[in-house]
Amino acid sequence: MGNETKKINARNITDKEFFYGHKGCAGCGGSLAVRLALKVLGERTYTVLPAGCMSAVGFVYPQLCFSTNAMISTFAGTASMLSGIAAGARALGIKDFHAVGIAGDGGTADIGIQALSGAIDRNEQIIYICYDNEAYMNTGIQKSGLTPFGARTTTTPAGQNIHGSITQKKNMFEIAAAHGISYAATASIGYAQDFMNKLVKAKEVKGTSYIHVYAPCPTGWGTPEDITVELGKEVVDTGLWYLAEYENGSFKLNKNPEEFLPVEEFLRKQGRFRHLDEKDIAQIIESRDKKWEYIRKNWEVA
Amino acid sequence: MGTSKVFVSGNEAAAIGVKLARAHVISAYPITPQTVVVERLSEMVEAGELKAEFIHVESEHSAMSAAMGASAVGARAFTATSSQGLLYMAECLHYASGGRFPIVMMNANRSLALPWSIYGDQRDSLSLLDSGWLQVYVEDAQESLDMMIQAYAIAEHKEVLTPVMVNLDGFVLTHTYELVEVPRQEDVDEFLPPFDTENKLDFENPKNMCFSSSPSDNMEFKYQQHKAALKASEVIKKVDQSYREKFGRGYGGLVDGYRCDDAEIILITLGSITGTCRVVVDELRSQGKKVGVLKIRFMRPFPEKEILDITRGAKVIGVLEKDISFGYEGTVYTNVNSALIKSGRIIKSYNFIAGLGGRDISREDIKYMYEYLEQAASGAEKECVKFINLGVDTDGE
Ligand SMILES: Cc1ncc(C[n+]2csc(CCOP(=O)(O)OP(=O)(O)O)c2C)c(N)n1
Ligand code: SF4
Repeated sequence: MGNETKKINARNITDKEFFYGHKGCAGCGGSLAVRLALKVLGERTYTVLPAGCMSAVGFVYPQLCFSTNAMISTFAGTASMLSGIAAGARALGIKDFHAVGIAGDGGTADIGIQALSGAIDRNEQIIYICYDNEAYMNTGIQKSGLTPFGARTTTTPAGQNIHGSITQKKNMFEIAAAHGISYAATASIGYAQDFMNKLVKAKEVKGTSYIHVYAPCPTGWGTPEDITVELGKEVVDTGLWYLAEYENGSFKLNKNPEEFLPVEEFLRKQGRFRHLDEKDIAQIIESRDKKWEYIRKNWEVA
Repeated sequence: MGTSKVFVSGNEAAAIGVKLARAHVISAYPITPQTVVVERLSEMVEAGELKAEFIHVESEHSAMSAAMGASAVGARAFTATSSQGLLYMAECLHYASGGRFPIVMMNANRSLALPWSIYGDQRDSLSLLDSGWLQVYVEDAQESLDMMIQAYAIAEHKEVLTPVMVNLDGFVLTHTYELVEVPRQEDVDEFLPPFDTENKLDFENPKNMCFSSSPSDNMEFKYQQHKAALKASEVIKKVDQSYREKFGRGYGGLVDGYRCDDAEIILITLGSITGTCRVVVDELRSQGKKVGVLKIRFMRPFPEKEILDITRGAKVIGVLEKDISFGYEGTVYTNVNSALIKSGRIIKSYNFIAGLGGRDISREDIKYMYEYLEQAASGAEKECVKFINLGVDTDGE
């Protein structure tokens, strides 16, 4: 089974749709992440989605958009509900299944972090995917623990006093890894093949796996709907996001750009960063460089 | 019958009941005075006496979420909590009932902070009366054991599919040892077949569960849920009846009236205090007083008809409860009065609020309540809501 699934790519991926007819905005990066994930995980998958955009757009009775088993969890309860599903299925002797949670950045890094931490700690046989659109989109674009420095949200207005989000993104990938998790990875919907490869790994790993996938949101970010995938690439190419894995106790960087694309250009495409001044952008570049210095020094580099 | 007798606490009796019910998944987080039930269950899993998955969750919210996940694939799920823990999972209680997951939970009734208190009263569960769970209050360890088995039969009934909270008074019942009869596993298996439902995630027939619904459908879902909770009244009685036939013990279904047939004064109770009330009733009866006690077993579904039937001949009734809805009166009292007024009956009713934060309710206190009711019956003006055994007077009287 392993060798077969390893080869999933654009040519041989199933053309079955498991998340179809939803009410997501045009150009939604999150829904692309869900679609791809389910295509890789296949039909014997239980999916749990907490409150957030993906549950809101996919589960409005009677228009239910998952053709595989799926349910909405409470906002905080993704990982714990998954644990229960996995345990229940095991107890009933159900075999060969995946239990996957697909939660937003708020549902993962803020309200759901306790349950996620508990599940990793127990090394549950589950896959947890965080689609990171960098804010609470479903409730109207408020700041989350993963909103990047400088971003304007409806609770971090871009005035003189607040001046957008002043905190850095919580480092969920490394937080997950710090548990000694079986497998953790970052990904971006801009690099779909890399994301799929990581899903295949997660599928085969024994124990918990965590994939953090960057998923642009035209509505929340103030970006045109046809550049979502482009943004998902550029964020990696500018060094503002990175593709990495944590396995067998060590970190590995999967993509190491020799030169970064200009940060300012990438930021200026997005309404949420339009207010940033030179100083802000310099600060963003500085913290990026620091991060990369750390990564290149401490992680295995591809 | 090949039953055995054991000397156990209420908590342990509940654990034996859960084992006999063959729960598949147990997820729980510790809180005094609930801890012992899950400790015993984990020992049973360890010893291989109970083939279940034990999930060591990191919070009560997760305990109930995990139980819902397990139930969603068709497994029999159990959890237990108390007090702050029950409130911490409050969101999930509504979720579980709305999702129609037939989970059984033991709640060890305990006071709520502030002030912090580990001792028993019933404000925790009664404050969640509207969570959509069926609520039963048991009197002793035997009833705790038996109700765990009955609770699954009720919760999983196709026309009910509603979670059940089995309430045990903290310490007074959870930690008191009694001689308890343990039914044989084969008999329990016959009584409680494996859980079978269409309301589950299934690879043969995939489903989307726990969805949203717009204002155009939402009320219909809630109406169905309400009908199922009402329907449970009938199911509870039937389950109790067949339990009696099989095991020789029954509890009267929704209520249990003691010496109420010709009673002129009836005290209504909930939970373990009923035992003491029975003793006081016997004593007063021997003095020729026409008194009785009516134990409400199920607060949801509410035994409206049963209460009306049993109190039909009474001149006055009292409601003794260990909770208060601040700014009004005891919650059970409100419910009982609602039943009376709807039926058009005008009967004097009084509310005794006692035992908050674990304060003792003595035989003397109960005798005082009967006297109070007796005076009211003979026309004396009495306060409707009376705090019992209050050490401080802030009324400036
Ligand atoms: C306990 C609780 N608090 C608040 C909410 C309201 N709520 C629903 S979705 C949401 C934000 C979701 O944000 P995120 O997880 O980032 O996902 P996104 O909507 O961006 O996809 C919030 C705050 C809720 N459903 N439950
Ligand atoms: S608001 Fe953003 S994340 Fe939500 S559906 Fe629209 S594009 Fe997708």
